[in-house]
Amino acid sequence: MFRYIIRRLIAGVITLLVVTLVTFGIFFMVPKLTGTDPALLYTGKQTDKVAIEGARKKMGLDKPVIEQYGLFVKGLVVGRDYDDGPDKTHCPAPCFGYSFKNQFNVWQRMLSDLPVTASLAVGAAVIWLILGVGAGIISALRKGRAIDRAVMTGALAGVSLPIYFTGLLSASIFVYTLNWLPSPGYSPFLQNPLTWAQGLILPWITLAFLFAATYARLTRATMLETLSEDYIRTARAKGLRERTVIGKHALRSTLTPITTVFGLDLGALLGGAVLTETVFNLNGLGKDAVLAISTSDLPVILGVTMFAAFFIVLANLIVDVLYGVIDPRVRLA
Amino acid sequence: MVMGPEPPAAAGSTLVADELPVESEVRAIEGRSLGRIAWNRLKRDRIAMAGGIIVIVLILVAIFAPVLVKLVAHPPNDFHDDLLDPNLGGLPKGRFGGISGSYLFGVQPVTGRDMFSQIVYGARVSLTVAFLAALVAVLIGSVLGVAAGYFGGWVDAAISRVMDLLLAFPQLLFAIALVSVLPQSLWGFGGTFLRMAVLVVVIGFFGWPYIGRIVRGQALSLREREFVEASRSLGARGGYILFRELLPNLVAPILVYTTLIIPTNILNEAALSFLGAGVKSPTPSWGRLMSDAVNYYQPDPTYMIVPGVAIFVTVMAFNLFGDGLRDALDPRAH
Repeated sequence: MFRYIIRRLIAGVITLLVVTLVTFGIFFMVPKLTGTDPALLYTGKQTDKVAIEGARKKMGLDKPVIEQYGLFVKGLVVGRDYDDGPDKTHCPAPCFGYSFKNQFNVWQRMLSDLPVTASLAVGAAVIWLILGVGAGIISALRKGRAIDRAVMTGALAGVSLPIYFTGLLSASIFVYTLNWLPSPGYSPFLQNPLTWAQGLILPWITLAFLFAATYARLTRATMLETLSEDYIRTARAKGLRERTVIGKHALRSTLTPITTVFGLDLGALLGGAVLTETVFNLNGLGKDAVLAISTSDLPVILGVTMFAAFFIVLANLIVDVLYGVIDPRVRLA
Repeated sequence: MVMGPEPPAAAGSTLVADELPVESEVRAIEGRSLGRIAWNRLKRDRIAMAGGIIVIVLILVAIFAPVLVKLVAHPPNDFHDDLLDPNLGGLPKGRFGGISGSYLFGVQPVTGRDMFSQIVYGARVSLTVAFLAALVAVLIGSVLGVAAGYFGGWVDAAISRVMDLLLAFPQLLFAIALVSVLPQSLWGFGGTFLRMAVLVVVIGFFGWPYIGRIVRGQALSLREREFVEASRSLGARGGYILFRELLPNLVAPILVYTTLIIPTNILNEAALSFLGAGVKSPTPSWGRLMSDAVNYYQPDPTYMIVPGVAIFVTVMAFNLFGDGLRDALDPRAH
C-alpha cells in the first residue's frame, strides 16, 4: 500500500509539473507566435518604451522561456525576487506570481478568496451528493415506473440547463419576486454562520442541481448494472432481506465509481466555480480569473489556472489512494 | 459405382453453389437488419424521435436564418428605438420584453434589436461550433483511442497519460485564458471567423479524451476477439485490422458519443461566450445575450429567458436523441 501511494504521489507531481510547463509555455509562446508583446500584457496600455523595457527586465521576460519557467518553479518552492535594485519586489514561497498591473501578490489574493470558493463547492457537494445519489437509487429500484421516469426526465433537464440560466431564473423568482431569500453573497462563516448560509443557499442549490442531475444518471446506471450481477442474486437466494441486499451488497459497489467522479468534480470546483461565481457575483477564485482575463492580467491567470490544476491533481491522488483501499486489485496494476 | 462418386460431387457442388449466394445474402440481410433493428427501435422511442425532429428543425432554422428573418422578423442589427421606453432607461415598451406579433421574442433593451433574429442567427454560431468541435474531438479521439487500445504497450501508455493530463486541466479557465491572449486577427483571419475557429479548436481539443477513453476501452476488448485473431492469422497487417476489422465495430459507440458530445459542446460554447470569450458583437450569440441579460434580469426577465430557453431546448433535444440512439444501438446498456 505504501509503495502504491508513493507511486501515485510521484505521478501526481509529474502531472503538475507538466501542467505548469504547458500552461506557462502557452501563455508565453502564444503571444510570441502571434506577435503580441507579453510585457505589454503585464504593464497594460503603457506606451512609454522605457517603462515597457523596465517591466520586461523586472519580470525576467528578456530571458529564455525555459529559464523563465525555472524561475517560476523556483518561486513556487523557495520564493523569488522581482529584481532590479531600488524597487525590488519580494515574493515569498509559494510564489504564484505578482500582479504588477493591480499591485498584489497572486498567492495572497488566492488565499483570501479560497474560502468563498470552498464554501460554495463544499456546501453544494453535500447537497448534490445526497440528492443525486438518493434520486439515482430510487430511480434504479423503481425502474420503468412513474417515479423513475420523473427523476430521469428531471435529470436530463438538469444536465441540459446552463447554470447561469438556472441561477438567474431562481434569483429572480426566489429573491426578487417572492422575497424568500436575501440576495446571494458571501460573508465569512466565523462571523455569522446564519448569514453565511443564507447568502449561499441559492448558489448552493443552483450548483447542486446541475451536479445532482449527472449523479442521478450515473448512480442509476451503475446500480442497475450491479443489480444484475450474480452475487446479488446469490444474496437474494440466501434469503437476505431486500434492505440488506440493496444497502449492503449493491450500494457498496455502486458507490465506487461515484467516489471517483465525486473527487474529481470537487477538485475541479475548488479551483474556481467560474460560472456560478460570475452569476452570483461571489468573489472567489473563478471570479478572480474572469476579472484577470478581462484585464489581461497574465500572472493572475497563470496563478489561478495552476492553483486549479493543483486541486484537480490532488483530488486525483486522493481518489487513487481511496481506490487502493476500496479495491485492492488496483494497487497491483 | 457410377452413382458412387457422383452424388457426393453433385451434393458438394450444389452445396458450394448454394452456400455462396446464401452466405452473401445472409450477410447482406444481417448487415441491413442490424441497422434496421436499431432504426425500428428508435422509431418506437417517441421521446427520442421528438428530440431528433427538434434537432432537424433547429438545423434548418440555422441554415435558412436569413430567409426566416426576412419572412417573420427584422434584420438582426437593426435598432428599433421606437420600441424602447426612455423613461425606463431603454427597457422595451410593453409587457414581457416587448413581445408582439411582429417581434415574436421581444426586443433587446437599449438597442431595440429584434430578439427573434438574434436567436435565429445565434443558432448558426452555436450549432456550427458544436458540430465542428465534435468532429475534431471524434477524429482525434477515435484515431488515438483505437491506436492506444489496439497497440497497447508504450503507445497506450503515452496516449493514456496525455488523456489523463488533459482531463487534469482546468478547461474552462484555460480556454478563456487562451482566447484572451490571442490577438484580434491572426494570419489574415479576423473577427468572427477567427473566434469561431478558436472555439472549435479549444472545445474539440478538450473534448477528445472523453471519446478517446471509450474507444480505447472498446478496442482493448475487441482486440482479443476471435475475428481479429483470425484476420491476423490470415496475414492481415496492423493498418488493415485497425481500419477494416476494428473500426466498423466501433461505429456504434462513436456515433452515440458524437450525438452526446454535441450538446456538451453547445453548453461549452455558450459558457465561453457568457464569459466573454466567444464571438464578438455584433455577431449574435446565445451565451453573450445571456451575459448581457445579467444586467437586466430584474426589470426585464424576458430578455434572459429567451436565450436561456433557446440553449435549453437545443441541448435537451440533442440529449434526448442521443440517449435514444444509445438505447437503440445497444439495448444491453439500459
